[in-house]
Amino acid sequence: MSEQLRELYQEVILEHSKKPRNFRVLETANHQAEGYNPLCGDHFTIYLDVKDGAISDIGFQGSGCAISKASASMMTQMLKGRTTQEAEDTFTKFHDLVTGHAGGDGQDLGKLAVFAGVSEFPLRVKCATLAWHALRAALRGEQQAISTE
Amino acid sequence: MSTVAKTPHEIQPVRAFDVQKVRRDFPILHQKVHGKPLVYLDNAATTQKPLPVIEAIEHYYRHDNSNIHRGVHTLSERATEHYENVREAARKFLNAASTKEVIFVRGTTEAINLVAQSYGRKNVGSGDEVVITAMEHHSNIVPWQLLCEEKGAKLRVAPINDRGELLLEEFEKLLNPKTKIVAIAHLSNALGTINPVREMIRMAHAHNIPVLVDGAQAAPRLQVDVQALDCDFYALSSHKLYGPTGIGILYGKTKLLEAMPPWQGGGDMIASVTFEKTVYNRLPYKFEAGTPNIADTIGLGAAIEYLNHLGLDEIERHEADLLAYATKSVESIPGVRVVGTAREKAGVLSFVMDEIHPHDIGTILDSEGIAIRTGHHCAQPVMQRFNIPATARASFGLYNTREEIDTLVAGIHKVQEVMG
Repeated sequence: MSEQLRELYQEVILEHSKKPRNFRVLETANHQAEGYNPLCGDHFTIYLDVKDGAISDIGFQGSGCAISKASASMMTQMLKGRTTQEAEDTFTKFHDLVTGHAGGDGQDLGKLAVFAGVSEFPLRVKCATLAWHALRAALRGEQQAISTE
Repeated sequence: MSTVAKTPHEIQPVRAFDVQKVRRDFPILHQKVHGKPLVYLDNAATTQKPLPVIEAIEHYYRHDNSNIHRGVHTLSERATEHYENVREAARKFLNAASTKEVIFVRGTTEAINLVAQSYGRKNVGSGDEVVITAMEHHSNIVPWQLLCEEKGAKLRVAPINDRGELLLEEFEKLLNPKTKIVAIAHLSNALGTINPVREMIRMAHAHNIPVLVDGAQAAPRLQVDVQALDCDFYALSSHKLYGPTGIGILYGKTKLLEAMPPWQGGGDMIASVTFEKTVYNRLPYKFEAGTPNIADTIGLGAAIEYLNHLGLDEIERHEADLLAYATKSVESIPGVRVVGTAREKAGVLSFVMDEIHPHDIGTILDSEGIAIRTGHHCAQPVMQRFNIPATARASFGLYNTREEIDTLVAGIHKVQEVMG
């Protein structure tokens, strides 16, 4: 297997795609948004329970490829308990990481650093960021489904 | 399975067709992708171009480039002659009755939009119906939706079964005095199903309903005879026919085309213009406003000549062999399911894998040098019908080989290995 492919499909990513965490509709959600990639049909809904400026609970539903699903799963793990500002900052850092932008070395992204390999596959950046865009839309209270196109 | 089980290698290969010789005509095939020899199996999206096509376009720009139907100078005459020769070649290719019936457009999509906007706007009114099938490409859905929305007409969809075959009786039931046009794919891009278009046309004509056939996938794979089909319109794209992008053909019966209003206004489509009145040009020019895509039309001419030289019947046989071989090979892999198992099929093998999303299949196959399409193939209603978000699709061309299908099979095993 090529080094790049191994980087992309790391064990932890495959594991999350098969057993996504927080994969549920959140009954207590007070924010939610959909993310949709019309090119491949990936579709996720993110549910947030925001209290006092922090994400007290988070869940997601939907279907997609291994990269998009694992990214959504690990995002929910990472952001539970964080403030909305921290979530916005993490969005930016994660985006820089997967698009290979300078400074995007994933140092302070913890486990999410495993997505660094995505930057070698420009066509898969949208997969990795789909749930994140939906998250941001949910935080900002945007009603329309977010499309990658 | 009703067919007698054969292992892939027991299916007799076609001998008359020298695929290795053919491959030498396609320079793009001889390259490595991620260090592996390119295996191009995305021919339903677009086909590669043989040297005669590439050279015809270059020759035109080097020697003959000029505007057509205008100048009296030598280059213009030469360009016009080459351009019109392609119309005659296209007429023969489709067995149209006259070159008046061969209209050059940008591609299948534009051809369908032309019919929807010209024939459709004139003939479809409030409460009328347009009939399509459940296996149409978006380009044979959306133009009719736009028309129906504008006119207050209704789009009706003939259903398909679990194999991806049209339910002919259900189709016939949809035809009624309110039906003003039927638009159907000859060959489904997502499933590979060959529709019984001749029978469907006969049914529609029994109700005096004209039929448009979307031939984007069929034209490069099946011999098309528009007079034998008795279709009213036939649409195709050059780029799926081993020709350049940006050019295609709308065939239409003279009688219908003559009664249709022009679609776009401009140069070439007029006989005379004053501010009071414009007299439209005769067919086919009435539908060819503006300076056309001359170079690519000439490229299309070279593609048609190339296909004639190889023989459409030989190509059809070669691709039938590839599809049978690929179907047997891919079906036999545990955890892989073929989507679209019509008895009449050509060129396209769509499949899904247990627990593995097509997008991941596409990326991993690409790392093995194999180009396939993944996604909904611009046929989202087909995906909804089969309750899947997407498929992986291998589609074959005249230059593909059994060895390449073996590489695809090894690639699928690799996908399973990577995804655990």
